[in-house]
Amino acid sequence: MQAKQAVNDFVVKFANVNGTGSASANHMFAKAIFRMGIPVSPRNIFPSNIQGMPTWYEVRVSSKGYLGRRGGVDLMLCVNPQSMERDVREVEPGGYFVYDSTKAIDIRYVRDDINYIGIPIMEMCQREYTDARQRLLFKNVIYVGALAALLDIEFSVLKDLVADQFKGKEKLIAQNVHALELGHQYAVRNFDCPIGLRVERGGNIARHILETDHILMDGNTAAALGAVYGGATVAAWYPITPSTSVVDGFDKYCKRLRIDPGTGKKNYAIVQAEDELAAIGMVIGAAWNGARAFTATSGPGLSLMSEFLGLAYFAEIPTVLIDVQRAGPSTGMPTRTQQSDVLAAAYASHGDTKHVLLFPATPAECFSLTVKSFDLADRLQTPVIMLTDLDLGMNDWMSPPLVFDDAQRFDRGKVLDGEALESMKERFGRYLDVDGDGIPYRTYPGAHPKKGGYTTRGTSRDEYAVYTEDGAAYVRNMDRLLKKFETAKRLVPEPKIKPAAKATPYGALFFGTTASPAYEAVEMLAADGILIDTLRLRAFPFTDSVEEFISSHETVFVIEQNRDGQMRRLLINETSVSHPEKLVPVLNYDGLPITARQIAGVIRATLGGSDNVTPIASKREASRKKA
Amino acid sequence: MTYQRPTFRHPEAPVNELGYTRREYEGSISTLCAGCGHDSISAAIIEAAFTLPIEPHRIAKMSGIGCSSKTPAYFLGSSHGFNSVHGRMPSVTTGANLANRDLVYIGVSGDGDTASIGMGQFAHVVRRNLNMTYIVENNGCYGLTKGQDSATADVGSKSKKGTANPYEPIDLVSVAIQLGATFVARSFSGDRQQLVPLIKAALSHKGFAFLDVISPCVTFNNHEGSTKSYAFTRDHLDPTPVDFVPMREEIRTSYAAGATQEVCLHDGSVIRLFKQSNEYDVEDPQAALGAIARHNSEGRVLTGLLYLDRDAQELHEILETTRRPLNTLTEKELCPGSKVLDSINAGLR
Repeated sequence: MQAKQAVNDFVVKFANVNGTGSASANHMFAKAIFRMGIPVSPRNIFPSNIQGMPTWYEVRVSSKGYLGRRGGVDLMLCVNPQSMERDVREVEPGGYFVYDSTKAIDIRYVRDDINYIGIPIMEMCQREYTDARQRLLFKNVIYVGALAALLDIEFSVLKDLVADQFKGKEKLIAQNVHALELGHQYAVRNFDCPIGLRVERGGNIARHILETDHILMDGNTAAALGAVYGGATVAAWYPITPSTSVVDGFDKYCKRLRIDPGTGKKNYAIVQAEDELAAIGMVIGAAWNGARAFTATSGPGLSLMSEFLGLAYFAEIPTVLIDVQRAGPSTGMPTRTQQSDVLAAAYASHGDTKHVLLFPATPAECFSLTVKSFDLADRLQTPVIMLTDLDLGMNDWMSPPLVFDDAQRFDRGKVLDGEALESMKERFGRYLDVDGDGIPYRTYPGAHPKKGGYTTRGTSRDEYAVYTEDGAAYVRNMDRLLKKFETAKRLVPEPKIKPAAKATPYGALFFGTTASPAYEAVEMLAADGILIDTLRLRAFPFTDSVEEFISSHETVFVIEQNRDGQMRRLLINETSVSHPEKLVPVLNYDGLPITARQIAGVIRATLGGSDNVTPIASKREASRKKA
Repeated sequence: MTYQRPTFRHPEAPVNELGYTRREYEGSISTLCAGCGHDSISAAIIEAAFTLPIEPHRIAKMSGIGCSSKTPAYFLGSSHGFNSVHGRMPSVTTGANLANRDLVYIGVSGDGDTASIGMGQFAHVVRRNLNMTYIVENNGCYGLTKGQDSATADVGSKSKKGTANPYEPIDLVSVAIQLGATFVARSFSGDRQQLVPLIKAALSHKGFAFLDVISPCVTFNNHEGSTKSYAFTRDHLDPTPVDFVPMREEIRTSYAAGATQEVCLHDGSVIRLFKQSNEYDVEDPQAALGAIARHNSEGRVLTGLLYLDRDAQELHEILETTRRPLNTLTEKELCPGSKVLDSINAGLR
């Protein structure tokens, strides 16, 4: 039997029981590889449960810096008997299965095409520790030590990580290092270390990776920091997976960075609301009153916020919402990822509405686009919804460092203060299109003793904010809102377009976390001679360059993670694409991040060049024939 | 249709201490039905704000949806107002207050807006002790949709069509006290003598001031058999007169004639209560709940200042926010800059 051989290119998966402290040990494993300068993408695949259910942690190591899921497992570390049967099955031929050999492995789980590495982890813990809690926790640290030996992870890097994690707690540092050593020594004594899979500094690592001083960070924390830098002072929210860590992160950074040095008081307010309706209501109230405010939620929260989003759109109130998407509809798979709120977000609320959407693809972009969302919301006086997802929000991503230009200033948009109102000769008209861009001027409550006051409402009104049921006034207002949305096209971030090496009739369009596996798939296909230009969307409304990209290609693959091809539908709805069938959907919606293998497979099949997969074009033809 | 008042002003119209005429506290002409209790409440708000006095632009008027929620257009016409979403005025006001703690917030709601669709937000704004005045214009029915029973309609009270309401009413003042409201009063739109000082006291209170004002619906709930009609309310009222002495006025005697209790608010203002008999201490919540229940069981409606907690922390104090309104903080205070970001990046390697 063959044993897989790979340097800096493999997938390790941990099968654990949730609530046993495995996540932090597994994170230490991933971070050690990251600190060796080797691209790594860890993913927590967890249940909607606190204790006792199977949970997995998948770590991809990629010399080229591919951060999407690859698919397949080269080394499975399984310490959960509940899931062992399927865990064994998942290992690719030639791969490795590391298990706790305290008890003999069930004969049914023995395959002859993979390599078994048994470590008596439980037995070592029983011998070493008397305390039950320690036995449980150090079990995880022991296997990390063993993996370090098996995969050639530098032991000193692990020791430094422990020292950083438990800074100032010498006893804990010593205990953890000891547990690492136990595992490490056992592996060195009993196996040929390293095995066929190993990591190595420098070596085959892509140059563009080596040239950037990367960080390892999750998207939610980055977005939270973006809210700090964007000047948010009010955050209102309701706990919901996978968005909870956005406000947790905001709280953490505010405690460090937003305490008034003179008084010790807080230059921010965070309210845990009674539900998502109240959360967005508070954001709208605060923004109406001139503070920068935001909320973070996921699909069910977005549904609940829809009525208020219609108010914010119609009454023109800057509103920032971060939607960390998960698998819907309803409660769906609350701990699995999807990009399935695109249409719900774009058109949230009854009546005619359209909302500005932002699609970050990396933690660095979660940061910069959150900062930007406050400027856009203030400038456009409308809701701005940033759509991330569980995969980006809750997992650590290797990312370029966060960047902030000290020269940039908040754009608070068209606000008339007391002085401006004082010098104004004409009557203030809250909804007058003075500049012809569809964006009116606003005033904050209390700005001037006599001028600038008006009633904000969700009911129809004229240009002076006076209630009216006059149809013509209503239409003027609705048309101005459309004009404002046109103005938004000039303000939102442009897409990132990457042309192929040579002119090609094929394009691929994607956004958010689909980007990493999509770029990888495009490189895989290029190696086979299939050339594809790419466009990574970053915002809705679509800028002119999106239309140009679609019109200049024969076929455009729209890659996304939902069942209905929601972005494809939005493109058909909101661009002048003449033949919708030229937009070919490439979809995954099983709750796990889409892989490069899946994307490349569908594209190859569509273009008529692959095995195993039914070409999409012929599927369509078949359904047409049926009809 | 919109009604605007003429801008003409009498040159010698009396002004308050801040130099404003009464006209400057008025709004556009009401479009509610003639005789609506809500218009009397609007007039009482105007009177309270004019005489207290508060500069009109320092007041923000907040409301939800319904007849009551339309009324902010009919008072304080030059102030900012926010006619928001049905049942959601509390959250919008919470956000507004967090952004600028220096304004005075008057929320106007109805019994549908508060006791049905907005019950959740009402409960939580009470719990948070948001510094605001929350007025429910309570008529026991849905006016704008033509007279359906609301959740405050009494058992057996008849609708205009003659059907008796079979459901238990929600008694908002009792609920408010149980949820920890720090100022709870009930009044009647027809009792201006009591309502105006109560509104003044509510506006001067630090924290959540709740006023449940019975305000008959002349069109859909003013008939025989309704327990929220003018006639029924007048016949069954047990009013406790209230007097309000603003902080700037010297209090000459420690006890005004006939007053049975005097309470001093945080800003130095004094509320004088004139109870028929010295029934209970308004600072004792259990006694207040008992008195409300006792009058209820006798088919009577106890009005006046029912409960007061002068010392509770309002939301900004609980959250320990800075004294400066958050909406006045600048980039300098809010944005930590690139150097700090560099050190954060370093910590993520």
